[in-house]
Amino acid sequence: MALVRQDLQTGVGRKIPHESAAKHVSGEAVYIDDRLEFPNQLHVYARLSDRPHARILSIDTSPCYEIPGVRIAITSQDVPGQLDIGAVAPGDPLLADGKVEYVGQPVIAVAANSLENARRAAMAAVIEYEDLEAVLSVEEALKKKHFVLDSHQHKRGDSARALAAAPHRLQGKLHIGGQEHFYLETQISSVIPTEDDGMIVYTSSQNPTEVQKLVAEVLDVPMHKVVIDMRRMGGGFGGKETQAAGPACLCAVIARLTGQPTKMRLPRVDDMMMTGKRHPFYVEYDVGYDDNGRLHGIDLVLAGNCGYSPDLSGSIVDRAMFHSDNAYYLGDATVTGHRCKTNTASNTAYRGFGGPQGMVAIEYIMDDIARTLGKDPLDVRKHNYYGKAERNVTHYYQTVEDNMLDEMTAELEASSEYQQRRQAITAFNRANSILKKGIALTPVKFGISFTATFLNQAGALVHVYTDGSIHLNHGGTEMGQGLNTKVAQIVAEEFQVDIDRIQITATNTDKVPNTSPTAASSGTDLNGKAAQNAARTIRGRLVTFAAAHFKVSEEDIEFRNGHVRIRDKVMPFDELIQLAYFNQISLSSTGFYRTPKIYYDRDQARGRPFYYYAYGAACSEVLLDTLTGEYRMLRTDILHDVGASLNPAIDIGQVEGGFVQGMGWLTMEELNWNAQGKLTTNSPASYKIPAVADMPADLRVRLVENRKNPEDTVFHSKAVGEPPFMLGISVWCALKDAIASVADYRFSPHVDAPATPERVLWGVEQMKQAMAQASVTEQI
Amino acid sequence: MIRFLLNQELRTENDLDPNVTVLNYLRENLGKSGTKEGCASGDCGACTVVVGELVEERIRYRTLNACLTFVSALDGKQLITVEGLKHQGQMHSVQQAMVDCHGSQCGFCTPGFVMSLFALQKNSPQHDKAAAEEALAGNLCRCTGYRPILEAAASSCTAAPRDQFDQQYEQTLARLRDIQPSGTSTLNCAGNQSFAPLTVADLAQLYQDNPEARLLAGGTDLALEVTQMHRSLPVMIYVGNVAELKQVETFDDRIEIGAAVPLTDCYDVLAREYPDFGAMLHRFASLQIRNQGTLGGNIGNASPIGDSPPALLTLDAQIVLRQGSSTRTIALADYFVDYRVTVRQEAEFIEKIIVPRAQGRDSFRVYKISKRLDDDISAVCGAFDLRVADGQITDARVAFGGMAAIPKRASRCEQALIGKPWNQATIDAAAKALGEDFTPLSDFRASREYRALIAANLLRKYFLELSTPQLATRVTDYV
Repeated sequence: MALVRQDLQTGVGRKIPHESAAKHVSGEAVYIDDRLEFPNQLHVYARLSDRPHARILSIDTSPCYEIPGVRIAITSQDVPGQLDIGAVAPGDPLLADGKVEYVGQPVIAVAANSLENARRAAMAAVIEYEDLEAVLSVEEALKKKHFVLDSHQHKRGDSARALAAAPHRLQGKLHIGGQEHFYLETQISSVIPTEDDGMIVYTSSQNPTEVQKLVAEVLDVPMHKVVIDMRRMGGGFGGKETQAAGPACLCAVIARLTGQPTKMRLPRVDDMMMTGKRHPFYVEYDVGYDDNGRLHGIDLVLAGNCGYSPDLSGSIVDRAMFHSDNAYYLGDATVTGHRCKTNTASNTAYRGFGGPQGMVAIEYIMDDIARTLGKDPLDVRKHNYYGKAERNVTHYYQTVEDNMLDEMTAELEASSEYQQRRQAITAFNRANSILKKGIALTPVKFGISFTATFLNQAGALVHVYTDGSIHLNHGGTEMGQGLNTKVAQIVAEEFQVDIDRIQITATNTDKVPNTSPTAASSGTDLNGKAAQNAARTIRGRLVTFAAAHFKVSEEDIEFRNGHVRIRDKVMPFDELIQLAYFNQISLSSTGFYRTPKIYYDRDQARGRPFYYYAYGAACSEVLLDTLTGEYRMLRTDILHDVGASLNPAIDIGQVEGGFVQGMGWLTMEELNWNAQGKLTTNSPASYKIPAVADMPADLRVRLVENRKNPEDTVFHSKAVGEPPFMLGISVWCALKDAIASVADYRFSPHVDAPATPERVLWGVEQMKQAMAQASVTEQI
Repeated sequence: MIRFLLNQELRTENDLDPNVTVLNYLRENLGKSGTKEGCASGDCGACTVVVGELVEERIRYRTLNACLTFVSALDGKQLITVEGLKHQGQMHSVQQAMVDCHGSQCGFCTPGFVMSLFALQKNSPQHDKAAAEEALAGNLCRCTGYRPILEAAASSCTAAPRDQFDQQYEQTLARLRDIQPSGTSTLNCAGNQSFAPLTVADLAQLYQDNPEARLLAGGTDLALEVTQMHRSLPVMIYVGNVAELKQVETFDDRIEIGAAVPLTDCYDVLAREYPDFGAMLHRFASLQIRNQGTLGGNIGNASPIGDSPPALLTLDAQIVLRQGSSTRTIALADYFVDYRVTVRQEAEFIEKIIVPRAQGRDSFRVYKISKRLDDDISAVCGAFDLRVADGQITDARVAFGGMAAIPKRASRCEQALIGKPWNQATIDAAAKALGEDFTPLSDFRASREYRALIAANLLRKYFLELSTPQLATRVTDYV
């Protein structure tokens, strides 16, 4: 009985290491490029467009065949089935068809016995173009109404009237930069042709079912001919939600045409040129507010730079609009989202999915209002927070329930000693002419659910074998976020067995079909519930069986720590399994889950797109050099809400990693294109993601404790993948605070994102000029 | 033929293409896939391996980027990969620390971090946060935000247990002695060949015999021609085994640094003499690159954005060029002619760099400005040295990288300083004169306007630092 009284050490709420941690550190974790190769495997290389917009006059692939080892060179004409691999709307030809629309677009693909030979051969092809006019800036696209999809608007009240009547009014504009995913493992797929025209596709994808569908379509075969296998990704961050499909489809087409296994791994520079990124945004705002800085009305235009095709831009710009309130009641609001078309790579999902851009816009406005009123930006933020009983309906008419931000902000303000440090910083800045400090505390409210409601579903498959070991599959994909670990903990908890008993293998479309992408932070919410349901089905059968078999009531049966108590009798879990098997009880089950309560009426632009909100707050302090614009992160305090944590170690990892990634986006990570539309920051030599010294010297991260998710999520946890990303906004605001100190906080510095050292220095120069002008005016 | 230990196994390779990198050798030739390719350009650290080298009868463990290292550089060394760390089925202490601290998420960068931690543990048995940050600056992780990895560094450098490398230390030492090359070693395969001479005389002769050869030192720049520009290097001469080129000698008035001395080994002598040079070297690329890249290479490739030339120009460094048996000593300032063009003649190579000693003065400063503090390329690198007597500037040397097609002295600025009083007005005038010295370009690192402004501001900062030493002027001083 002693064992039964103990708690399970590896169930829900425990700090279990990542299921692959031991393999990660030993190099034994197998990524696709590590798989054993067949001797006749072909390597695929795509020749990319070097024009931003051009008609293809001719393609001559005959020189490709002069390179030794070349097997085949294909163009769009060689694709057996459908050419377009657009995720939601068409617009993404697998290979350019008659025209190219960005520098980096695949035009031909060549397969050879080595990657180097394939590359040489692809470069040997002769492609003739006739250049067409290219649209490279989002502002130009907006002016010309050059859109990939229709615009959309959220409207509440009469913003024009509210603006006209407001005591104060401000207008401005802002550019927000994009972001390269920089998953450490570049896009990769390998494909093996099988009998019956089948294909086994190994792909580093967040979206196995979509890859399955697209491979079937480009081959013109039913989906049941295609099996997708996805064990792990070397990072995804949204970059492998749609854009992993291209290499998989090219591999499949060539495998079909040659009958040979194929592999396509993108060299880093090609990956950065070819694939889309976080959407850059251009924002125009007009806000009216009172003496406390409280918003009365807002007219906000969010123009997302989508690149050349729709990809997921419809939903991404929607999410930017949904999050343009962040934590604030906007008053009478008109929020308009445009999907601008430019001749650049098709921008795609990236952690936060447009939400961060919408939130940066409103946080910029908060700072701007505070500076014009001479107030601490934190006071203005708090004045604008959603209320609990009133002022609690968003501009898309969802009621903000369970709002924790007042309490969380108060707690963080105290624990980070915001007010004392604000004073100390003011004193420091008076005493120091060259170095300046800044501080900012910013909130995060992030809506959880796919806004395309139908995607909020998931499946799982659980087998219990006769020895009591458990095989678990679900429709989610493991990209480092610890999804497999959490889902295994959930199943362990349900069966009350040790996690070592549970084996998770690759996500596979012939195990769990019709999966949604692992995206929108939903992986655990959806797949955890589905696996829980599968486990509960089996456990239910076991209970029914045991009750009948031992002639007890079902309430007399309890699963606890590897054992089963049947009234007074205790037997090991595997003994019960054996017994059930011999009594012909099914020990395998699927599980399914769909999120309740959510809907969105797009025509009315109202609904409840989100099941719940996740909350967070961060306070960051920075130090900058007013002579060079260089800066350092001194300290960041974070308080983040994950409901009842399934695994605090993994959740803290998501919070910290998300924060640093968000900070990188808004500081050093700068994308640059030249006048010919070529991405010039196309390698880690030129595109800088945060390195170890960039993390705050003092980082204090805490999860909100004892606050279960009031909604019926899996063990009342909350999603954690994306929300912490936006904690990084605190760093950007702190930098602007330090810049504003140069002019004694009297002016609002205009600093676009990312705040590179250069942009910071121009902000400092703005402040110096504003001061100089003001002193001239004051003298007059 | 080259011979080396791969972990504990002796390997002899006769037929290797010298254009093959250690990364491709491991993954493709040997099927050892633990070492990952993240960028193939030495910028992410996913391919980090450790090389054990016999130095003064000890084994010195250092990290390298396998993607930038040609196989010829392995001769006579021990190559330690992530596969070699587990011992008798047990994780190495640095691996265990990474698991315990939740230091991996997607896991793709992890083997590289593990190898950097392994070398850190070998070289820094007591935990030191600065050493840990230095060791990890060249390893990018996109998932964790680094905090748990730093924690793993702290725990694995505190009371590290003896590992199999310690247990087998004497045997390994003996085996390394056995495989030290005794003459010029060569690799010749697939139409490409490489030579690795042991003496400067042999090097000079080989170069004269093969004037078309490319000199390979650290390879941190040259390897990019193969991995990024997809060129083939038919003849390479590896200078890393040439004893004379790896010496650092200190004289009363000067320091002589062999051209093939890795930047890591230049650190002590330069930092002692010129603390700011040392501080800058900390931010010079990553530890992996500094372990591999050489001072001679940083000058020799004549990049306009190399970080050591502005400092060396300001210090009035000289270089010794050798061709056959004849040598000439020239001022470094005379070496650079135009973008990637130098006065170096056919079959001529840099033998050493001569840096004058500080002689008790502390007026040298060098500043590197880049988007990211660590492992980034300068937008502008500025170096300054002035002599002031009785309030008058008697001598001034100012040099910049990133401001012109070559690293260059700012002669108009210098003229505006020399003979003038040491005051703000002089500095402002000299800052203005920089506009006559340079017409910088705009690129993805910085706009021309930013470059021009920070060049002038660096001069102002220099003035402030020397005239108001108590003033805080550097964000990097806050740790």
